[in-house]
Amino acid sequence: MDIKNLTIKEAHEMLISKKMSVLELAEAVLKIAEDTKDLNAYLEIFDDVRAQAEVAQKMIDEGRATMMTGIPVAMKDNILIKGRIVSASSKMLENYRATYDAGVTKKLREAGAIFVGRTNMDEFAMGGSTETSAFGVTKNPHDITRVPGGSSGGSAAALAANACLGALGTDTGGSIRQPASFCGVVGLKPTYGSVSRSGLMAMASSLDQAGPFAKTVEDTEIIFDCIKGHDPMDSTSYPDELVNQKEFKKPKVIGVPVDFVRAKGVDPRVLKNFEESLEAMKKAGYEVKEISLPTLAHGLSVYYILMPAEVSSNLARLDGVRYGYHADGANLLEDYMKSRGEGFGREVRRRILLGTYVLSSGYYDAYYGRARAVQEMLKRDLAEAFKEVDIIATPTAPTPAFKIGEKSSDPLSMYLADIFTVPVNIAGVPAISIPCGFVEEDGSKLPLGMQFIAPHFAESSLFAAGKDFEETQK
Amino acid sequence: MSIELKDVEHLAGLARIAVSDSEKEVLRKDLEDILEYVSQVKEVAAEMGAPKEGELRNVMREDEGAHEGGVFTEDILNQAPAREGNRLSVKKIL
Repeated sequence: MDIKNLTIKEAHEMLISKKMSVLELAEAVLKIAEDTKDLNAYLEIFDDVRAQAEVAQKMIDEGRATMMTGIPVAMKDNILIKGRIVSASSKMLENYRATYDAGVTKKLREAGAIFVGRTNMDEFAMGGSTETSAFGVTKNPHDITRVPGGSSGGSAAALAANACLGALGTDTGGSIRQPASFCGVVGLKPTYGSVSRSGLMAMASSLDQAGPFAKTVEDTEIIFDCIKGHDPMDSTSYPDELVNQKEFKKPKVIGVPVDFVRAKGVDPRVLKNFEESLEAMKKAGYEVKEISLPTLAHGLSVYYILMPAEVSSNLARLDGVRYGYHADGANLLEDYMKSRGEGFGREVRRRILLGTYVLSSGYYDAYYGRARAVQEMLKRDLAEAFKEVDIIATPTAPTPAFKIGEKSSDPLSMYLADIFTVPVNIAGVPAISIPCGFVEEDGSKLPLGMQFIAPHFAESSLFAAGKDFEETQK
Repeated sequence: MSIELKDVEHLAGLARIAVSDSEKEVLRKDLEDILEYVSQVKEVAAEMGAPKEGELRNVMREDEGAHEGGVFTEDILNQAPAREGNRLSVKKIL
């Protein structure tokens, strides 16, 4: 069976009409996962995929199928599946087994989705390339000398290689959208609080959000509809009334923060493609309006204060005592120092130290306090902008996928790859990355991504504009 | 923004992370570069008249509907590096 261009929607129809069995679909996916093992997209292929397929088939046969029943999905390695190893691609948790299901896992399981395996990522989701994984880099299926992006690079690469039909990732500063852009798939960062964070390994709790990868906007919407909703296990998840209250209004006006988009460091080919994409949207009936949002440019500074601050607090729980890696020292203090020094990789150590610095007495106000203030300004400015425009467009990333090793010794240049995605997390609004063509380099066709940003809870606007945009790309 | 080796050592101590001598200088330089970059928030906040505090708040709830005691004990303790019965085992601190 050829599942290369098979969407979730099409697979669902074939499963319901019995043109294909769940097992046939699962076998086809497993075969590709095996054939593309060299990409290192999956850290583990689960051994119970066929058993899961039987459960899903039964749901279909008994008429209890949902849109996700029998659909093989890949799970980022920081999302808990009870009884399964979940390592966050860290030596610290190499052998750690989840003691409960994440909220999103529970929803997918109840819907009858099939978990194919867990995917590689940057260690504890800290990075933009999967190069900080303790288990080796993932290769980009479009050019194996390049990174797939990150931190959810394994999920994006597995999908781009057709080793699943959809995937979940987490996005704290662009970790779904940037790899989606690099791998030529669709990726959604939902509104903060619309999808449960219960059972996701916390990186920066005020910014973390789980979301889907899929081949089309329609498939992305199908997965989002399955995983969204209130969860009493996540105190920051919003009540369903609030998530669903937003009246749908078809978006018409696209705002473009021109000064921000034309910042230095943005690849001219990305800008050219972006202009062409906007022209295509104009032809599709959208009005494109230039807007000024000077605070967006400071999103990255705010992010690299708030995020490490939360990282240093959240990762304090990994002490070599309760669970995870343990190294023996002469006394308890040395146990802590050695367990954490050896268990965490370099990027994680760097961010913990940075967070410890910005939260330390005497510096707290100058860094954390100021960053929180600028965060409020950014939210306010964005809310103002959304009075004039329905959605905002930027490129997803300033460049196409870069070479493996190109940025790994220069953390600041790696951080700059998140410039367009980070402000979205700072404001808590939803955004989607949609494939918008390719650039050719060294004989490879490297995908680019278009990012649309909407107000809180207006995912439906992203899907509507996204589907129109997909039409322009055909 | 100048970071010295002794600052790195102090931070590593606070964060309970052993850092090798060879890594200290790399971390010192990285922290200095990153802090210089993020320091722009200070000027921005002053220039644009940013509010002093944001709206983040803690979300609390009643501790109710608790599960029966002991149902997760084995699953959780099985993940511990060392245990004694139903307790975590650590080195003596006194």
